[in-house]
Amino acid sequence: MKRILLEPDFDAWREAAREALHAGYRPEDLDLQDATAPNTLELTLESSELPTGEPISDPHTSRAFLETAKFAAVHRDPQRWNLLYRVLYRLQMSRNLLKIETDPDISELLRLESQVQRDLHKMHAFVRFRKVLDQPHSPILSERPVVIDELVPIQTDPPTHHLVLETTTPFGTVKTDLEPCEPNSTNDATIDDCEHFIAWYQPDHRILPLAAPFFAERFSIMRWSILTPDASVSWDPTAKQLTFAPGLPRESAPAEDELEDLWRSYYASIYNPARLNPDMMRSEMPVRYWKNLPEISLLPELITKSQTRVTAMVTSQQQKSSAQPFVPPEHTLPVLRAALPSCKGCDLYLHATQVVPGTGASKATLMLVGEQPGDQEDLQGKPFVGPAGKLLDSIFEELGIDRTKVFVTNAVKHFKFVQRGKLRLHQNPRMSEITACRPWLLAEIDAVRPRVILCLGASASKSLLGGTFGLMRDHGKVLESPYASQVVATIHPSAILRARDKESGEQLQNFLRDDMALAWQTAQKSVRVPQNA
Amino acid sequence: MNVQQKLEILADAAKYDASCASSGAKRSGNGQGIGHSDGMGICHSYTPDGRCVSLLKILLTNFCTYDCVFCVNRVSSDIQRARFTPEEVANLTLDFYKRNYIEGLFLSSGIIQSPDYTMEQLIRVAKTLRTVHHFGGYIHLKAIPGASELLIKEAGLYADRLSANIELPTQQDLVQLAPEKKSAIIESTMSQIAVRKDEADEDRRKTRTAPKFAAAGQSTQMVVGATPASDRQILSTATHLYGQYKLRRIYYTGFSPYPAADARLPLKASPMMREHRLYQSDWLMRYYGFRADELTSDDAPDLSLTQDPKTTWAEAHPEFFPVDVNAAPRESLLRVPGIGYQNVERILSIRRYHRLLLEDLRKLHVRTKSVLPYLITGDHLPSLTTPATASASNTQLDLFAPISALTGSL
Repeated sequence: MKRILLEPDFDAWREAAREALHAGYRPEDLDLQDATAPNTLELTLESSELPTGEPISDPHTSRAFLETAKFAAVHRDPQRWNLLYRVLYRLQMSRNLLKIETDPDISELLRLESQVQRDLHKMHAFVRFRKVLDQPHSPILSERPVVIDELVPIQTDPPTHHLVLETTTPFGTVKTDLEPCEPNSTNDATIDDCEHFIAWYQPDHRILPLAAPFFAERFSIMRWSILTPDASVSWDPTAKQLTFAPGLPRESAPAEDELEDLWRSYYASIYNPARLNPDMMRSEMPVRYWKNLPEISLLPELITKSQTRVTAMVTSQQQKSSAQPFVPPEHTLPVLRAALPSCKGCDLYLHATQVVPGTGASKATLMLVGEQPGDQEDLQGKPFVGPAGKLLDSIFEELGIDRTKVFVTNAVKHFKFVQRGKLRLHQNPRMSEITACRPWLLAEIDAVRPRVILCLGASASKSLLGGTFGLMRDHGKVLESPYASQVVATIHPSAILRARDKESGEQLQNFLRDDMALAWQTAQKSVRVPQNA
Repeated sequence: MNVQQKLEILADAAKYDASCASSGAKRSGNGQGIGHSDGMGICHSYTPDGRCVSLLKILLTNFCTYDCVFCVNRVSSDIQRARFTPEEVANLTLDFYKRNYIEGLFLSSGIIQSPDYTMEQLIRVAKTLRTVHHFGGYIHLKAIPGASELLIKEAGLYADRLSANIELPTQQDLVQLAPEKKSAIIESTMSQIAVRKDEADEDRRKTRTAPKFAAAGQSTQMVVGATPASDRQILSTATHLYGQYKLRRIYYTGFSPYPAADARLPLKASPMMREHRLYQSDWLMRYYGFRADELTSDDAPDLSLTQDPKTTWAEAHPEFFPVDVNAAPRESLLRVPGIGYQNVERILSIRRYHRLLLEDLRKLHVRTKSVLPYLITGDHLPSLTTPATASASNTQLDLFAPISALTGSL
């Protein structure tokens, strides 16, 4: 048997295989091994190294075979060169051999190919570039690689400089040569021509030469290097050239990147704890790739906290705040008034002075619904008695409406505010608070049974007309509703008080007056729906 | 609010959209900017829910004027709101891309002001990336239902994929849970995309320099398990959508509870196995020549959670089997449980030179146990009683096993 040591390189194998075919070596006569493989003790005692087959003067191969062989050749299996020669030798007799995927040699060849393909695919996915910092040594970042401009030690005239990537490692400082970079004077300020990105990666097989063109196309305007234990490669974006060099240790690449925290928060936010499935994750992203991925540091916490997060979500939904349990079954104004102070349907009762029930005629035809009590209302326990109430009264007077004939209430019955020194500043109620308080409003509507409801402001409109109601678009329209024959929505008086100038204040006041007049007229005209209808 | 806080809110808001594939569009590097796609799609990471992280999947804003009950971003939901500027999204995309974290951008948004305004904002991001930064990576834009046709046309110039979500399987479901969304409007947007893509593909056949339009086509997403719609209804909607609008993919997302959900929704996640069965059926319809109405029946409108749909069909059609692996046509081989479409192609190629035996099937990693009752090979002839005993043993053993295997819970 003849033993041939090959450089681990596909072209070297092709050369050797061609010669062997010419000479007539049968696969059994030959042992092709990597020159880099450790020498094993030669145990074969056969004296003959001569071929035993017929010489093949005009060897045949196919493109399909070469395509597959190119991938199988970078596999770490030491027997791959022999396998490739065996398949090539058999291809000379049976040209359809590659199609028979169940043949032992072919299925082995395809197994190697698909393992290399998968390794390549994973490398495309899991290489993580880190930006090299190019500022000189700073005390905080001294652990990180930096680019320095140093004198070439060999004496030249004039002295020449070159760029070096300097990395602090446990074994001292490692220096890697860098291509010098001339900043390109483009008007595009967003591209930093001299940014340099470095990745360290450990593929299963010797795939760097096959993987590099992918990165060259993808990051063609970027200056980058990929370091692996076997070899490293750098891309020069101006010359559009890949340069291969010997392998480098992990410490030659930066240990972190400024963007990694941002990336980690993205990773944590995009994950849905209700669908925890770590086995699926591990099968697609095997543990051996984890050492390069910055996001992995979050995994233990994300996984262990999943169940707690889901339980919290479900309980918060089950314990959704609502006033419903506090609303008595009998809907009459005195009963409701008596039950209201006990309400703990949401947290607003904790800070307000008192609850503010609706007031007015018990059989009013028009009902006004505001947003929530204000500072004065909270202290006095009556709706619309502060500045907004004064404005409302003036409009009642202008239109000749007797306030005692209408019923006035709020969508939310407690005052919501923030304390600023001595002042209690009004805060808009949240949608969940409006929804929680709705059972009280509906009970009041049921007790009074008005013909027309006039919603003052967005909160009241949203409570009765749905979350998407557009107040400025649809105010002053008589709308149908399950709660009363008609519902009209309009501006809240306090919006007029807060108007940015006199002109817009007047315009808003006109809206309110006109809509109020419309509601009042409609309430006078409307035929009362029989109660048992 | 800084970019990191916005990113947390707006990525969290986007996670209920399952469509994150980056495949189907080939775009070679343009030499002026970063990015290319080789058409394969790459998952750069996986989250603990087993989902692929391929694109930077975010909303431009989670402010929304709509009130869709099933959606975490509906106007009546008490969540923190945020809004990115188009520049912030573009820079985030480029920074992540340069470090090889992502394949590109998936951008959706809550409906602010109007569908047209929202669509314009999304287009602005894609346009900045493509024309200012010459970004060559993958871009998936949401097509906002009801946006004007001109905007849809413009979006397709910059995006590799467009998608308008059908949201729920039937029109009645939409009426109940998404009052502002109408399936007619969603489908008219899908139709605009399909028509425009046809025109663009036609133009490109004539002149190769004609602009591409959404090279990776359009997809959509359906939430399952939020409403009582049956698998039969879901699959028939799917067939309609694939046929009518040439969709590349339909994503079925099992409903899962989320913070501040509406009380009308179920509290429990829909079983992941249901989603899995729907995807299996979807594949059977697209690659195996099955019709939607073959996979379920009026009597059993839902897919079995314990058995894959192909086996269910095979057990119900004993007259179709056995199939001879060395002689049967492609369509028949595709219907054998345990043989995938790639293996069918391999078998067809191998059997021209070599008579297939059971051992050969094992080498092709065919699940021989499941094919035995249905297949004739050079050395095997199934006995006619085998399928019956197989089904009997199935019904005894299926108490929890297949579901717990996938979800890890009982």
